[in-house]
Amino acid sequence: MKYVIIGNSIAATACIEGIRSVDKKGEITVISAENYPVYGRPLISYCLLGRVKRENMNYRPADFYDKNGVKVLYSRRAEKIDAANKKVVLDGGEEISYDKLLVSTGSRPFVPPMQGLESVENKYSFMTMDDMLALEKALSPDKDVLVIGAGLIGLKCVEGILDRVKSVTVVDLADRIMPSVLDKEGGEMVQKGLEKKGVRFILSDSAEKFEKNVAYLKNSKQKMPFDILVVAVGVRANTELVKDAGGEVNRGIVVDKGMHTSLADVYAAGDCAEGFDSSIGSNRVLALLPNAYFQGNIAGVNMAGGIALHLDAIPMNAIGFFDTHVLTAGVYEGEVLSDITSDHYKKLFIKDGCLVGFILINDFLRAGIYTSLIRAKTPLSEVDFNLLSEEPQLLAFSKDVRKQKLAREV
Amino acid sequence: MKRIYVNEEWCLGCHLCEYECMYANSGLDQMFKLKGRLNQFIPRIKVEGEDGNAIHFAVNCRHCTNAICVKSCIAGALSKDEGGVVRIDKNKCVGCYTCVLVCPFGAIMPAPDGKAAQKCALCTDNGFGEPNCVKNCPNNAIVYEER
Repeated sequence: MKYVIIGNSIAATACIEGIRSVDKKGEITVISAENYPVYGRPLISYCLLGRVKRENMNYRPADFYDKNGVKVLYSRRAEKIDAANKKVVLDGGEEISYDKLLVSTGSRPFVPPMQGLESVENKYSFMTMDDMLALEKALSPDKDVLVIGAGLIGLKCVEGILDRVKSVTVVDLADRIMPSVLDKEGGEMVQKGLEKKGVRFILSDSAEKFEKNVAYLKNSKQKMPFDILVVAVGVRANTELVKDAGGEVNRGIVVDKGMHTSLADVYAAGDCAEGFDSSIGSNRVLALLPNAYFQGNIAGVNMAGGIALHLDAIPMNAIGFFDTHVLTAGVYEGEVLSDITSDHYKKLFIKDGCLVGFILINDFLRAGIYTSLIRAKTPLSEVDFNLLSEEPQLLAFSKDVRKQKLAREV
Repeated sequence: MKRIYVNEEWCLGCHLCEYECMYANSGLDQMFKLKGRLNQFIPRIKVEGEDGNAIHFAVNCRHCTNAICVKSCIAGALSKDEGGVVRIDKNKCVGCYTCVLVCPFGAIMPAPDGKAAQKCALCTDNGFGEPNCVKNCPNNAIVYEER
């Protein structure tokens, strides 16, 4: 069996591990556009922050590819999938045939059209190791940084660079930060924490145009000079290979619960894929690292002839900014139980007799007990929800369930 | 593999396992030296049930066969070794607490410095060799065995 994997990040790694859990021998080839063994992409901000050393950013031990019999083609790109003849065409025209193919091409920064952007010097994205290394070179204590985008990527970048530059200003068109992760009140709490650290926010505004390193803001009409620009407005799934090969593509590559695309023997996983999200009961892109692993692993098992399905995917985020930690999961719908003080924030969302979501800020111990209830859609009638709403605890389960959890192998 | 299992019928909720855990992972040579420094350590085992409650039991890492924390770790800091022990590499952990977000047992928690996560490795990572909580439980409310 010949397996080919396009991409070399988390979904690809999980796919390798999935394949090898079933098939120890098949030939695996990875096409890696980046010239690095797999690393945790979200670690780039922590590396700038000094929380992790560059040499500790590898996601797997140095012998990972050798041990798993994987051939990695570094700094190579897949240009085309020839699904009829089961071949991948590489840059330079070389062809690699496959029996089973995983497309784990991830996503790329979305840069909205902004007039004069091409005249800006020192502008960066913040998604890859190379983005981080390039940005790091430009950092110095006399630099003013403008970040466009107050989402996860933009704000993690802010955390990474704040103490290494003179100032950081964040501009976002939305009226609050991290709108995809936090509700308005939660966003305000995190924003206040960042402002205390010295970050300046300009919300409900956008850069109308740039003249070299001066931004002209549309709504507030401010003229903002800066030294370094980071554009972190959003990402777009890399779907083109599958789309051009005739596969079904939406915002991401459409996959079923086993990660099959609409093309025979072609699978997709990770940020490029649009899989089943059990919290909304339909497909959507969940561009989150754990989800990339889950999907890639399931794809690998299925590619190797096993059977695996992804039935319990939900949005989940654990993200910290300095000493503020935000843990969220699920959807923010239904009845809300709130416990909010000046430095703690807890909201539980209950719908149709189940816990469907939560937002926890600086009050997150044992949050996984909540997450497991959401993933399993456990009816709250089966647990002592009064206890659970106070804090996550296994005491809230029946004695029998507790026995299954704690008195046998899991 | 040998794991820690709970006999909740026999747990008095004395919290001794928590102290034994802190001691085993403290690097101190005598347990009494924890005195006055308890705020510097966080046990990797958690006794549930408030004083006076009829039910108590101690929870630590289950070393799940299909460990969701390992799959979810953004840094590759969590791994399952060949013996089945789920381990955390402090040099790789960035303290994002994704593992706290996913562990269905609530068995992973922040380390005392708040910059990384910590978890039970069955005392294989601290020189004690076998779980110190189990060894010192007066009632066999936690046991270390194959099941």
